[in-house]
Amino acid sequence: MADQESMTIIVFSGDLDKGLAAFNLANTGASMGMKVDMFFTFWGLSVIERGGLERGSKSPMQYMMGLMNRGGAERRKLSKMNMGGMGTRTMKGLMQRYRMPSLSESIALAKEQGVRFIACTTSMAIMGLEEKDFIDAVDEFAGAATYLGLATEAGVNLFI
Amino acid sequence: MQADKIIDCVGLYCPMPIVKTAQAIKDLSPGQVLEVLADDVGIKSDMPAWAKKTGNEVLGIEEASGEIKVYVRKGAA
Repeated sequence: MADQESMTIIVFSGDLDKGLAAFNLANTGASMGMKVDMFFTFWGLSVIERGGLERGSKSPMQYMMGLMNRGGAERRKLSKMNMGGMGTRTMKGLMQRYRMPSLSESIALAKEQGVRFIACTTSMAIMGLEEKDFIDAVDEFAGAATYLGLATEAGVNLFI
Repeated sequence: MQADKIIDCVGLYCPMPIVKTAQAIKDLSPGQVLEVLADDVGIKSDMPAWAKKTGNEVLGIEEASGEIKVYVRKGAA
């Protein structure tokens, strides 16, 4: 039986706007007393990456990929109208003016509210990322079975 | 209506008024009333939805010159 009091969100996208939508829902769910698990996979990993430039154990190809798509919540761009960064800057400015929490602030708030973060180990392997490349807020490093175990118990499951 | 605690969410948009309400109501005892001052009209639907889900009760919503006052009574749970 699905537990109506819990929610899972797969964060597949590394786009700023989609990340904001995911955390908006996670934070609202947590405020409504729901247990919330967020599973970060593929480009979504960049949202919870520290965003350092360490070579680590990355292959030359993985290192190049990492340079072209640097991780970190502050470096996320809009999925539309980025316009070489101008659109994203404008949006961030507007959000600040309307006192909306930034992506980083939303992540901190989610953590404060007990939202659990799970990073996908398969995507990490493809991108040459290690546990130390992620922010401390990550609770677990796991795979699809962990996600599905949670999803089958939850009343709300989203893929963003 | 007399409130035991007031929070000011004017200028804040979804989900912040709800997040702040959830945080503020933790400090109250069952039966006590929280007044939420806001100006995002979404709160008129969102607060009853939140209250229903969390076992609290919206006692009333007052609106005057763009400001919305929502009174929430903390449930027993």
